[in-house]
Amino acid sequence: MTHHLKKKLLSNSIEEKDKYVKAVFSLIVENESGVLSRVIGLLSGRGYNIESLTVAPVNKDEKKSRINILTSGTPMVINQIKEQLSRQVPVYHVVNLCEQNSYVARELALIKVVSKGNERTEALNLADAFRAQVVDASIDSLVFELTGKTEKINAFVDLLRPLGLVELSRTGIAAIGRGCRTIY
Amino acid sequence: MTEAMQKDDINASKPKKCNEMTGAEVLLQVLVDQSVDIIFGYPGGAVLPIYDVLFKQKKIRHILTRHEQAAVHAAEAYARSTGKVGVVLVTSGPGATNTVTGLVDALMDSIPIVCISGQVFRNLIGNDAFQEADTVGITRAATKFNYLVKDTQKLAQKLHEAFYIARTGRPGPVLIDIPKDIMIEKAPYVKKSKVEPYPSYKPKVMPDENAVFKAIEAMKKAKRPLFYIGGGIINAGKKASDSFKKLVELTDFPVTSTLMGLGAFPGTDEHSLGMLGMHGTYEANMATHDCDVLIALGTRFDDRVTGNVKHFSPNSLKIHADIDPSQINKIILIDVPIIGDVAKIIELMVQFWEKEGKQSEQKKDLKNWWKQIDEWRSVECLKYNQDKAPGSIVKPQHAIHSLYKAIRKRKLDAYITTEVGQHQMWAAQYYLFDSPNRFMTSGGLGTMGYGLPAAVGTQIAHPDNLVIDVAGEASTMMNIQELATIKQYRLPVKIFILNNHYMGMVRQWQELIHGGRYSESYSESLPDFVKLAESFGIKGLRVKTIDDLDKIIDEMLDEKGSILVDIIVQQEENCFPMIPAGAAHNQMILGPSKK
Ligand SMILES: Cc1ncc(C[n+]2csc(CCOP(=O)(O)OP(=O)(O)O)c2C)c(N)n1
Repeated sequence: MTHHLKKKLLSNSIEEKDKYVKAVFSLIVENESGVLSRVIGLLSGRGYNIESLTVAPVNKDEKKSRINILTSGTPMVINQIKEQLSRQVPVYHVVNLCEQNSYVARELALIKVVSKGNERTEALNLADAFRAQVVDASIDSLVFELTGKTEKINAFVDLLRPLGLVELSRTGIAAIGRGCRTIY
Repeated sequence: MTEAMQKDDINASKPKKCNEMTGAEVLLQVLVDQSVDIIFGYPGGAVLPIYDVLFKQKKIRHILTRHEQAAVHAAEAYARSTGKVGVVLVTSGPGATNTVTGLVDALMDSIPIVCISGQVFRNLIGNDAFQEADTVGITRAATKFNYLVKDTQKLAQKLHEAFYIARTGRPGPVLIDIPKDIMIEKAPYVKKSKVEPYPSYKPKVMPDENAVFKAIEAMKKAKRPLFYIGGGIINAGKKASDSFKKLVELTDFPVTSTLMGLGAFPGTDEHSLGMLGMHGTYEANMATHDCDVLIALGTRFDDRVTGNVKHFSPNSLKIHADIDPSQINKIILIDVPIIGDVAKIIELMVQFWEKEGKQSEQKKDLKNWWKQIDEWRSVECLKYNQDKAPGSIVKPQHAIHSLYKAIRKRKLDAYITTEVGQHQMWAAQYYLFDSPNRFMTSGGLGTMGYGLPAAVGTQIAHPDNLVIDVAGEASTMMNIQELATIKQYRLPVKIFILNNHYMGMVRQWQELIHGGRYSESYSESLPDFVKLAESFGIKGLRVKTIDDLDKIIDEMLDEKGSILVDIIVQQEENCFPMIPAGAAHNQMILGPSKK
C-alpha cells in the first residue's frame, strides 16, 4: 500500500475516509479461460462496482492479458479491491494507475447516426471539430469512430443525440502510466 | 459403456512407462507423488475410469462417504487434524454440485483441499449432456482456484499445481475438473519435482523484519497488551504454536483466541482468557475493549469477533500479522501490518524480544493489567447452576463440562468436532484445548452437518485416538447418513448429542430479538436417535437426567467401537455471554445467574 493511501485510510477525518475516489486498475493476468470470470465475479460478488472493463491479450507468447478496470469507492474499498485482485492465483500484477503520478486513459467509440439534410451536415461538422472519422456511410446513415478521453466521447455523444444518434458502441478505457515506469 | 472404456483393459499393478499411462493412472500417480494415502469420495459415471484404477492398486485408500458434501467435510477435518491436504473425488453434475457447501466451508476456514471432479467428454461439454454441469463456473467463488483440464498433456502439471496452491500461502480448496475422455486417453506423467510453480502465483512468506521490529517496539511500550490469535497459527503448523508459547512466556501478555484459533495456545495456561467475540468470555471481551496494544496473529477480524467495528477495541494500537495481504485494513484499520507466514513472524518476534532484553518498567504496568483481568475473571461469566437433585434435567453446559472433565481425568488426547449452534459455542467455552489441530468446527461458514462427517475424517486420520462429535440434534439430521460410513469402516467415533428439541441458536435469537416467536425452530418429528443408531449397527444410549450423565459418559469413553449418546438437555437454555448486534464488547449480556 502506498504511504499516501495509508495516510488517507488512517486519517481520522470522516470525510476523507468516506469520500468516494476513482480508481483505474490495470491487471496483468494469465491468458486462460475463466480468468476474466474470476475477476468480474470477484468484483460483483463483493459488491464493488465496475464502471468499465476492457481486456485483451498483450503477450501471446507468455500468454498474458491486460485488464483495465475503472471503478470507484472509499479509500478502504479501493485498497480491498486491489488486494483481492492481487491474491487471485492467475493474476500477475495489479496497479491502481490513479496512485501513480499520472497516466493516460483512452477509449474508442463507434457511433451510428441516422439522419438527412441539415442534421446530417451538422453531425459531419461536429465530427470534424472532434476529429472523429467516418468509417461507414450510406445515404441516410453514418458511423463515426472517435478515440479519446471518456469526457470527450461523452461530449460528442451528447451533441449527436438530437442529430439522429441511434446506436453506440464503446470499448471502455485502456490505460497506461506516463513516463518510463511500467506496471510490472 | 463407451467403446474407449472397453478398450481400456489395463493392469495397473504392472509398472508402466510414462507414455503408457492413461489419464486416470496419471491422476493416481500424482496422488502417490504428493504423498496422499487417503481420499474421500463417491463414484459415478464420469469418474468410473478413476475408480477402476483405484480398484487395482493398494497405495491409496478410498473412503466412501454417503454424500459428496460429507466427503468434503471429512477431507477438511482430515486436513485440519493432520496439517496435510485433504483430497476429494466426485463425479460430474450432482456429485460436483453437492461439494459446493464443503468447498465454501474450506474457503472460509482456509483449509487445504484438492477436489477432483469428473466431467463429461470434452466433445459433449456445452451440450447439456447427461450429468453435465458447469462445475468450474459454479465453484469459482467457492474455491481458491479451479481449473477445467482440456489438454491431456497438462493433466499431471495441473494436478500438481492444485496441491501446491491448496497448501501454500493462505490455504484453501482447489478444484480440478477432468473430462472423462482425458481419464481414458494416454497421458504423459510429469513428476512433482519437474513442475514449474504457477507463474503468477507467488504468496509472500518472508515477513519484512522492519515491520516486526516496529511491532516489538510498540509491544515493549504497551501497558495493556493483548494477543488476539486465530486459525492462521494452526495453519502455520506446530512450530508456530510452539514459538507462540515461548513468546507469551517471554512477554507475559494475555492471550485471547478466535473459534478457529482454539488450541493454538493452551486453553489451561494462566495467560489464556478464552475465546473472544459474540460468545466470548467476559474477560476476553473486556480486555479486547480496554487494551492499548492489540497484537492480531493469523486472524481476520471476522464480524463475530469484532461486533460493531466502530466500537471495536477503540483505544488500541493495532498490529496485524497475516499471510494474506487482503486481510489487512479490510475491516479494522491497522497501525503495524506484517505480511508473511505467521510462524516466521512469531519466531522473529521471539528473537527480537529476547535481543532487546527484559522490559523492567513494563512489569509494573503488566501487574496492574493482570490485576484488572483477574477482576474480570472473578465475574465467572461461564458459571451455570446445575440442579444436582435426582431426576434433574441436564444443562447443556454441564454435559460438555462433564465430558471435558472425564477426558482430562483419563488424560486422553482427544479430537473434538462440532456441528453448528449453541452446542458449538458451549464446546468452545467449556472444553479447553491444549494442543493445536484438536478442534474441528465450521467457523466462517457455520455449516450445520459439518460435525459428523468431520468426525469420520478425523478418525480416519487418527484411528487410535478418541474422536467425539459434539452435536445438536438438528445439525445431526443434516448429514445423518454418515452413520453408515462410520459403521462400514468400524470407526470408533463417539457422537454426543445435546438434544434440546430446538434449533437452539435460532430459538435463542428468537427469544432475545424476535419477541419469543419461535418460528419454525422447534425440532419436530425427531427420530429416536438411540434406535436410529442401532439400525445402523451402532450402539446408542440415552441420558434422561443428571443421574445418568457421568455414568454414560464413562460408558461412552470405555466403548471400543462407535457409540451415539442422546442427552436430553434443558430446552430453553441460552448461550452467554453474548454481545448483541451493534453493541460494543464491554456491553455483553451475561447469563441469568449473573444478573
Ligand atoms: C446449513 C445451515 N442451515 C441453517 C443454519 C442456521 N442455524 C444456525 S444454528 C441453527 C440451529 C442448530 O440447531 P442444533 O443443531 O440443534 O444445535 P443447538 O443450537 O440446539 O445446539 C441453525 C438452523 C446453519 N448454520 N447451517
